[in-house]
Amino acid sequence: METADPIIELRKVSKAFGSQVVLDAIDLRVEREKTTVIIGRSGTGKSVLLKHIVGLLRPDSGEVFYEGRRVDNLSEKALTPIRCEIGYVFQLNALFDSLSVLENVAFPMTEQKGRRRDRKSIHDLARRCLDLVGLSGFEHKRPADLSGGEKKRVAVARAIALDPPPKVILYDEPTAGLDPQRSDVINKLIRHLQQKVRVTSIVVTHDMKSATEVGDRLLMLHGGKFLADGRPEEVMRSENVHVRRFVEGRAEPEDLLNLAT
Amino acid sequence: MSLPENMGRFALFAAQAMGCGPIDLVTVRGWRRFIPQCFSIGTLSVPVIMLTGAFVGMVLVVQGYQQFDNANLADRLGVVVNISVAAELGPVLAGVMLAGRVGGALTAELGTMNVTEQLLALRAMGCEPVHYLVTPRFLACLLLSPILTLYADLMGALGAWLIYSGVYGGLSEPYWYYTRQAVEYWDLGTGLVKAFFFGGAIGLVSCYKGFHCRGGAEGVGRACTESFVISFILILALDFFLNIVINGLYEILYGYRALLF
Repeated sequence: METADPIIELRKVSKAFGSQVVLDAIDLRVEREKTTVIIGRSGTGKSVLLKHIVGLLRPDSGEVFYEGRRVDNLSEKALTPIRCEIGYVFQLNALFDSLSVLENVAFPMTEQKGRRRDRKSIHDLARRCLDLVGLSGFEHKRPADLSGGEKKRVAVARAIALDPPPKVILYDEPTAGLDPQRSDVINKLIRHLQQKVRVTSIVVTHDMKSATEVGDRLLMLHGGKFLADGRPEEVMRSENVHVRRFVEGRAEPEDLLNLAT
Repeated sequence: MSLPENMGRFALFAAQAMGCGPIDLVTVRGWRRFIPQCFSIGTLSVPVIMLTGAFVGMVLVVQGYQQFDNANLADRLGVVVNISVAAELGPVLAGVMLAGRVGGALTAELGTMNVTEQLLALRAMGCEPVHYLVTPRFLACLLLSPILTLYADLMGALGAWLIYSGVYGGLSEPYWYYTRQAVEYWDLGTGLVKAFFFGGAIGLVSCYKGFHCRGGAEGVGRACTESFVISFILILALDFFLNIVINGLYEILYGYRALLF
């Protein structure tokens, strides 16, 4: 799918860890205010791809652009203003154990440089974000006291609690480890944010239900390349054998070789 | 990672942590991070440091009393004990105690943050992890280590005197008279200067090991062990070289000091 004015663009991005090639000359243009979903088996480099967008990892070759500006060669300091515009929901949530739920959500607003706001207005906004994810009354709990689904929702609240609101939110496996009902809450939340706040989202997942529910566009990463790219219903009908096996949840034959012997 | 590469990374890490120190000491935001570390690194270490100091003083008297008494020099015992405690054993043992109590905790805390993506989350939110996490911990170790050493010195002197007068029935007046004659501010001051270096080394090594540990519980555990062993060796090595410098400096400034004859 071609995008005329992408907010994020990856051009021929390659990344290898030792001899293992994870991304192999990947091209990707992410459309504004839409939700792009990247699916793929575990360990295919989906999270690695997300990390390249905010400069947490640097490509071995290729270029990464944000709002038309090249970012893969910027210093950590120069990346700060860009990172302040992007919310990131980590796979392991990455909540700070030593802080309360409210302090976690307020963290980006209190600690990011150049943001001089009073504590009360920061906490008000953090409470509104917690309310949005259905966690009012959890302000003073510690992350260790929360269930997996609650932690995930706090992580989403922290990603959106920016003033001005984030332009992009990156979700790394937002429904992994959650029961179907909790997953549905997260999916609806992602959809809600995209429709109400007009935020651009990139969701990395291997949960097909989540992928088809939240995605405007679906891509499948396999062997370092995109095997499929299109609207969710198009990808679901793909004739590619790997895509078919993935969406139907069937194992690759080589994965079953050990079982046969 | 090879040894030169590790040392190079450590030097950059240390330079970054130290470089942010002056900024943190003159900003409200910096003090807000620094004060809680002072509590956990300084205040909570006081009992164990005082206990260490007291036992060091007491055991020195137990070890030395017979010999000094046989030579009719029992009232001079305070000279040897208090110089040893103030210049050498107080700072070194307080440093070792701090490396065990604080160093291990710092490595475990930062190591766990590392393996649960919390350090990545900080970077993704535009916060510099070294500045945010390491600088306040380094400053607290650096600045509070001499104060903790003072506690160890004080308790060492008190513990020694209690055993001397309480158990062996020595006279207090000549004990303190000869101590005052021989122990100089120089001994106390150089002990505190050493503690300053030990504290800085403990803070930097512990935080560095936490930041660069491998994944999983085993990685964090190994990092804690390495952090203590390296801190311990550094304390001994620094003590050796600092003693050479300090003794040389004393001779240049004041000439030879006779303690025995």
